[in-house]
Amino acid sequence: MRYHTPATFEDASAIAAATSGVTRFLAGGTDVLVQMRADIVTPDDLIDIKHIPGVKDVVLEDDGCWRIGAAVAGAELTAHAGLCADWPGVVEGMGLVGSTQVQGRATLIGNLCNGSPAADSVPGLAAAGAEVSVVGPKGARQVKVEDIPAGPGRTTLAKGEVIAGVYLPPRGKRGGDAYLRFIPRTEMDIAVVGCAVNLRVDGDKITEARVVLGAVAPTIVVVADAAKALIGSTLDAAALDALAAAASAACRPINDKRGTIAFRTDVAGVLARRAAKIAYDRARGAK
Amino acid sequence: MPLDTKTTGFKYIGTRPDRPDGIDKVTGKARYGADAYAPGMLHGVMVRSPHAHAKIKNIDASKALALKGVKAVVTRADFPTGLEGEDWNIQENCMAGEVALYDGHAVAAVAATSLLLAREAAKLIEVDYEVLPHVTDVDEAMKPGAPAIRAGAADYSVPEGLHPNVMRYIEYGHGDLEAGFAAADLVMENTYKTEATHQGYIEPHACLAQLGADGKGEMWVCTQGHWFVRRMSAAALGIDVANLRVTPSEIGGGFGGKTTVFIEPVALALSRKAGKPVKMVMTRSEVLRATGPTSSSSIDVKMGMKKDGTMTAAKVTMRMQGGAFPMAPIDSALDCAFSCYNIPAVHHEGYDVLANRPKQAAYRAPGSPMAAFATESLVDEMCRALKLDPLKTRLQNASREGTKASFGPTFPRIGLVETLEAAIAHPHYAAPLGPNQGRGVASGYWMNWGGETSVSAALGEDGSVTVSVGTPDIGGSRASMALMAAEALGIPYENVRVNIADTGSLGVNEPTHGSRATYASGLATIEAVKQISTKLCQRAADKWGIPVEAVIWEDGSAKPSGPNAGEFPPLTIGELAAEMGGTGGPISGHFEATPSGHGGSFGTHIVDVEVDPETGYTSVLRYTVVQDAGKAIHPAYVEGQFQGGAAQGIGWALNEEYIYGADGRLQNTVFLDYRIPVASDLPMIDTVIVEVPNPGHPYGVRGVGETGITPPLPAVANAVHAAAGVRLRSLPMSPPRILAAIKAKG
Repeated sequence: MRYHTPATFEDASAIAAATSGVTRFLAGGTDVLVQMRADIVTPDDLIDIKHIPGVKDVVLEDDGCWRIGAAVAGAELTAHAGLCADWPGVVEGMGLVGSTQVQGRATLIGNLCNGSPAADSVPGLAAAGAEVSVVGPKGARQVKVEDIPAGPGRTTLAKGEVIAGVYLPPRGKRGGDAYLRFIPRTEMDIAVVGCAVNLRVDGDKITEARVVLGAVAPTIVVVADAAKALIGSTLDAAALDALAAAASAACRPINDKRGTIAFRTDVAGVLARRAAKIAYDRARGAK
Repeated sequence: MPLDTKTTGFKYIGTRPDRPDGIDKVTGKARYGADAYAPGMLHGVMVRSPHAHAKIKNIDASKALALKGVKAVVTRADFPTGLEGEDWNIQENCMAGEVALYDGHAVAAVAATSLLLAREAAKLIEVDYEVLPHVTDVDEAMKPGAPAIRAGAADYSVPEGLHPNVMRYIEYGHGDLEAGFAAADLVMENTYKTEATHQGYIEPHACLAQLGADGKGEMWVCTQGHWFVRRMSAAALGIDVANLRVTPSEIGGGFGGKTTVFIEPVALALSRKAGKPVKMVMTRSEVLRATGPTSSSSIDVKMGMKKDGTMTAAKVTMRMQGGAFPMAPIDSALDCAFSCYNIPAVHHEGYDVLANRPKQAAYRAPGSPMAAFATESLVDEMCRALKLDPLKTRLQNASREGTKASFGPTFPRIGLVETLEAAIAHPHYAAPLGPNQGRGVASGYWMNWGGETSVSAALGEDGSVTVSVGTPDIGGSRASMALMAAEALGIPYENVRVNIADTGSLGVNEPTHGSRATYASGLATIEAVKQISTKLCQRAADKWGIPVEAVIWEDGSAKPSGPNAGEFPPLTIGELAAEMGGTGGPISGHFEATPSGHGGSFGTHIVDVEVDPETGYTSVLRYTVVQDAGKAIHPAYVEGQFQGGAAQGIGWALNEEYIYGADGRLQNTVFLDYRIPVASDLPMIDTVIVEVPNPGHPYGVRGVGETGITPPLPAVANAVHAAAGVRLRSLPMSPPRILAAIKAKG
């Protein structure tokens, strides 16, 4: 195994592009190191991106966009008042990953690139309309978060491509987001179902919405019908029923050790209702 | 054995001093199993079967042995043949012979100069398997057509016509069952199932083993019982027990699962072959795949009750699989099934069944939680049907002193009635409940154990005392032993040091199991230190020139027994000890026995839960454990045992389970998916210590470690019923199962 500490993402990308073996990028290591210890993966090249300038930055850009570096740990997001005020749903999704100790290392981009359909931070990012900056052999590109996962443990990133940062769009006025997951315990578990809702209101009326489910399909699912059920409504009973039905209808889950098809399908609707209420209250709140 | 029983007026017993091992444990200085090192030490790694049931056709280790630094590979061929009975079972479980019997069964092992190298070498050992049909469910394993795991191995007790996977059959009872059911106003019968759960100790199995070509060996092991390790390892390797010295490390939990061996004989075999010490440490996945979970069970219970709540008859049939080996705990499960009640007619049947799963190991009151789940759930259902208060109905039928126990003997003094009365009087039982909340209660029993016990105590030159016991300290027993020694000698708690001695230092000791350590090692400690005070009285009598009968021991000093004995100032233990070299030499005490006066412990639990009707998620809101401790030597550690039992029981009830795929492989081999409750899942568990002294212990001690896990399974099921209106008769009551039941109810 070769261990690399490149100084730029271009160098990181070049190392990954040039090797013929198994490559892993290392930031927090809360997935990679665990997988190495469990013999799930044995990289030939381990590329540590923590030494690249800027990877630990959380920056509010002039246009209101938040730029979050690839090695920013969950605990830093949870402690960031400005980010929490703008995107509480994104932060609460990341904050659910692992334990307090894991939060000191785990990153948003690591959670995304691990490729788990149950990743807790990914539905919130996708609901927010977040994009990531990808550096690769053919240069840099911006990609929507929902276009990164390709299936359990897989991403759409090409050989040599590495994610340098995530961009959350300007929050704007009267917006709110929320993420809820179902686990059989209170913490230290993996989502059986996850649901993020991001919306904007005008008065009591919802004008924009995005609803994203996790752990109910091979990748996260952006549920357009669920968003439609919300837009134009005041989150009345009919809208909530339509939201829940659309969320359940979008599920393509499996039976496994963590839950059943029937359970995941039902609970997706339940969580969509509950997350929508929280997001709606946040949107109509102080902001 | 005549005992000078004392139950009141204690100076040290019942206080809560810091545990003597506490600082080392919280500062990381304490040495656990994996902390043992030896010069030239190699690291051993096991090769395990990926199949639930497979013939081992060939094992080729040539590629592994070709690696530089790989020093030895062992297979079953490196172990002696001709073992019988449980010795053979243990050897076969530690290293498969002709057939791998479960996913994770060890088939070979390798020792190398580093752990990384050993792991690499293990991957290079090529095992050629012929996969065989498998079965993992206990009911399926008894059906015609199920693969016979060990045909012809059933014992004499099994009636003809049963599947060859049935290893043992038990049947007993008393009273007229038919008349009992006929006399009942309500007869109910249901089937209950529990899934296998793991003890979940935080410290994985670890050992360091050294065995020379001369057959002499030494081991450092994380275990509940090092004499067991010595006997089992010696048998598996065909060496004499006296040639093996075993020293226990500190132990990060056992709960019964560390009363046997898994890696220890293999590490010895690797060491013998390599000529170097070999250390083996299991991973968590190895612990879950290959060490003892509980049995899973399938249970039919039938009970008769009059309208006023009087129980008239009860019948139970238990089917338990204990993995691919006999000895599922059907005996103790049946004994505990109706032990709480005085029922005129009872009948018990038990089937010990093989399945392609790891060999079950003891887990906290083995068998009793499963039995309680069935019977205490049914009692709750019947109380609901007859609109009876579940605690008062239990009290009405409760076993007490003089009751003929469901398992045969007549109960001596026991404390079930007292726990029920305390539970009824507890504010928890009358507290208001909110929407979707429900309360459940249940009682449970464990008979406890005495067992072979050998303890020595030695007096130091300054009057302090060293006590050497053979029962590893899992739950604070050093503190309890020190308290008992301090009480018996009348010296401060801090002046007693308790050591856990190795197998070379004492007679045979059974493990810390069966809730026996505080009872049996405690009894022996008291008797051993009393020998010291008796000898000190003799030294004082010699000094004073009066007969020893005229000297008494009181408050840590020898004193004349009264004015007639003469006017002498008391001689303290320190004064006597300082001159003992010149007054007759060193002073020590020793006591050994197999005490059989252990008293059973009953408990009654109250639990409130809230069930989310939309997701089936159960939160445990409030939990109260009421249990008879006989006498709480160190109440904080008694409470800890009560809380620990409840916590493990809640996990078993709600989310813990062994999940097998269609291929017979265990699906959840890490703590992420084997869902033990985390701290935030549990409320602070309230405890009430009831003290009904055990006449078989000098201070009235009953074992307290195990009873606490017996009521939670049914108590939580009864609370879920009260909260959600659905009765779950299969464990675990995971959210998908509860939600499905709620939806089925409509």
